Amino acid sequence: MNEITDLEVREGVDRETVETVQNMGSYKYGWDTEIEMEYAPKGLSEDIVRLISQKNGEPEWMTEWRLEAYRRWLTMTEPKWAMLNYPQIDYQDQYYYARPKSMEVKPKSLDEVDPKLLATYEKLGIPLKEQMILAGVEGADEAPAEGRRVAVDAVFDSVSVGTTFKDELAKAGVIFCSISEAIREHPELVKKYLGSVVPQSDNYFATLNSAVFSDGSFVYVPKGVRCPMELSTYFRINAENTGQFERTLIIADQGSYVSYLEGCTAPKRDTNQLHAAVVEIVILQDAEVKYSTVQNWFPGDEEGRGGIYNFVTKRADCREARAKVMWTQVETGSAITWKYPSCILRGDESQGEFYSIAIANNFQQADTGTKMIHLGKNTRSRIVSKGISAGQAQNTYRGLVSMHPRATNSRNYTQCDSLLIGDKCGAHTVPYIEVKNTSSRVEHEATTSKVDDDQLFYCRQRGMDEEEAVALVVNGFCREVLQALPMEFAMEAQSLVAISLEGSVG
Amino acid sequence: MLKIDNLHVKLEEEDKQILKGLSLEVPAGQVHAIMGPNGSGKSTLSYVLSGRDGYEVTEGSATLDGESLLDMEPEERAAAGLFLAFQYPVEIPGVGNMTFLRTAVNAQRKARGEAELSSGEFLKIVRAKAAELQISPDMLKRPVNVGFSGGEKKRNEILQMAMLEPRMCIMDETDSGLDVDAMRLVSDGVNALRGPDRSFLVITHYQRLLNHIQPDVVHIMADGRIVKSGGPELALQVEEEGYGDLLAEAR
Ligand SMILES: Nc1ncnc2c1ncn2[C@@H]1O[C@H](COP(=O)(O)OP(=O)(O)O)[C@@H](O)[C@H]1O
Ligand SMILES: [Mg+2]
Repeated sequence: MNEITDLEVREGVDRETVETVQNMGSYKYGWDTEIEMEYAPKGLSEDIVRLISQKNGEPEWMTEWRLEAYRRWLTMTEPKWAMLNYPQIDYQDQYYYARPKSMEVKPKSLDEVDPKLLATYEKLGIPLKEQMILAGVEGADEAPAEGRRVAVDAVFDSVSVGTTFKDELAKAGVIFCSISEAIREHPELVKKYLGSVVPQSDNYFATLNSAVFSDGSFVYVPKGVRCPMELSTYFRINAENTGQFERTLIIADQGSYVSYLEGCTAPKRDTNQLHAAVVEIVILQDAEVKYSTVQNWFPGDEEGRGGIYNFVTKRADCREARAKVMWTQVETGSAITWKYPSCILRGDESQGEFYSIAIANNFQQADTGTKMIHLGKNTRSRIVSKGISAGQAQNTYRGLVSMHPRATNSRNYTQCDSLLIGDKCGAHTVPYIEVKNTSSRVEHEATTSKVDDDQLFYCRQRGMDEEEAVALVVNGFCREVLQALPMEFAMEAQSLVAISLEGSVG
Repeated sequence: MLKIDNLHVKLEEEDKQILKGLSLEVPAGQVHAIMGPNGSGKSTLSYVLSGRDGYEVTEGSATLDGESLLDMEPEERAAAGLFLAFQYPVEIPGVGNMTFLRTAVNAQRKARGEAELSSGEFLKIVRAKAAELQISPDMLKRPVNVGFSGGEKKRNEILQMAMLEPRMCIMDETDSGLDVDAMRLVSDGVNALRGPDRSFLVITHYQRLLNHIQPDVVHIMADGRIVKSGGPELALQVEEEGYGDLLAEAR
């Protein structure tokens, strides 16, 4: 038994937990919470869709919307164009709804939430308290002393267990709650905007999500309001053999601003688990939304066993003039990542940005990128993608830049860099470019390089071990993207980059 | 301090012998200079001592305070107190100079079982040392060596040396490409570090540097070994006559 064990035991964690932690290698969040759960019967059918709708206490129109999606989904086939290799998913062999028993009666406030659930988030470093948070983040001694406040919506398997700072946000006119609550409390907004960016029939996984999504977050920022704090959702998958299907809807009304963060983790399991989310963002005139993700789902073990299958549809609609959106993603987890956060630049002079770090180690496969659809005049977009492959992983950047006939005088700049660690991994760049007017310009730059031995030797001569040297060089490679993240997140992401690459050298 | 005995080194990839029985001893507190024609193996020696890949030691030994260097990982040699100021300092895009320094300092402290420096302490020390070398705060923030002039890169090497406080400093042509002022800054930096517990192995082509950094011993290296050793006057002789006579004499 090493020192870590003793320390943890001294701090009162039982031995079993300690051993679980030790056995799971470098993935820090691989433990699970033992809690009594209530499941919908296994498999997928109209009855299951109705059951989910009923569990959420939804009105009839919502149930119908889901059923429409479900019927549509039955006619669709799984897309195969991505550079991803995985066995056929058996959609009948899993649960679509899992809720802690203690959540049967919705807690009225955070004080009423099951302590086990609160402890889970505490352990994840996301205390569900209305206080300055993220002070304990690694490297925080460089952060401003006062810290910043972040409101959290915490989703556990199929349900939201609580949302912090709701009242204070409400005073500013900001609605921040779970999507199930929004469907009940703000039907006019949900009816108007749900499916308006990602229609029910959009793609196989989005359509599945439309039928079975169980919870997620809802944000409405009214006209002219600058959201007084960062908003965030933390997704935790806990139950076994259960898919998580969350749905997020963000509406930034004219002249408003909000920065939204999203994090996620899951226990280490030998079997794969499905996660199919949809995020829709509507941005009206002169409004701005920043959406940052640190995706750290369980990536599978060193032999490629287990891990989350992550099929996600994220799209922002800059619906009116001068609307702005910025996607920043740090994708380090999941066995399979299929994700293309996109921008529809509909309003004139609207702007979209996409900053991405995708790390694939061991047997992970990532096929990720963005779509920039320029519809309005004088629209601008910028793509900065940093792909890192190690072990036997395959990492693909797939991006579409489309300039429509009406999108005159528009610009795109794409920078797409790949870094290889070792010689068994692969990096691929698949850009699609369509320009249908003569005044717009698209610039695309791509590089692929290997981690440079001279750089590593230089670092090691100065005293860093090989892993530390790789982490430093890789963090340098990602710097532009890390800088686009809110500061607390940037530091977390930086250490995550290091952790994700453990075991990739030597 | 540093003892090299009959060192034979060939390239790993091809059958090319570069060091051919090199012996050298640098006692604690001394400064030794190595001069020699291009291609004689000076940089190779510095790389082999610091543990770069690509070389194979076929015979001989190299020890630091009696411990075999050749069995250690590069970072272990660094933690044991060996420092190499590179002939060609490496650029690391995106990594701030300050971050690099702090990571290095703390990695070595950790390896030696010492507590890491807090960011406050670290900042104080690095600012003071940078000022002495006339390294601007801006240069501390910029990515490691990226876009630095030749002279800036070399000064940056000396800053790293000053921060890491190694016991055995190897400097590979640190003076090449320096103007008079930069040469003075670098030499002052080195002289400030001199002391009874620290030794230097200074590889150079020019006697000029040795006016600033007074060596105890000067070695002449050719074709993979030391062919002659002597006092500072040997450097003057090279400056005046070139290597021709010295090498002929050695043969
Ligand atoms: N990696 C290498 N590949 C091929 N030749 C090398 C390599 N490293 C050194 N050499 C050769 O070894 C000899 C010594 O080089 P070096 O140590 O750089 O000499 P110096 O620093 O004294 O100029 C030269 O002939 C050089 O070309
Ligand atoms: Mg040389």
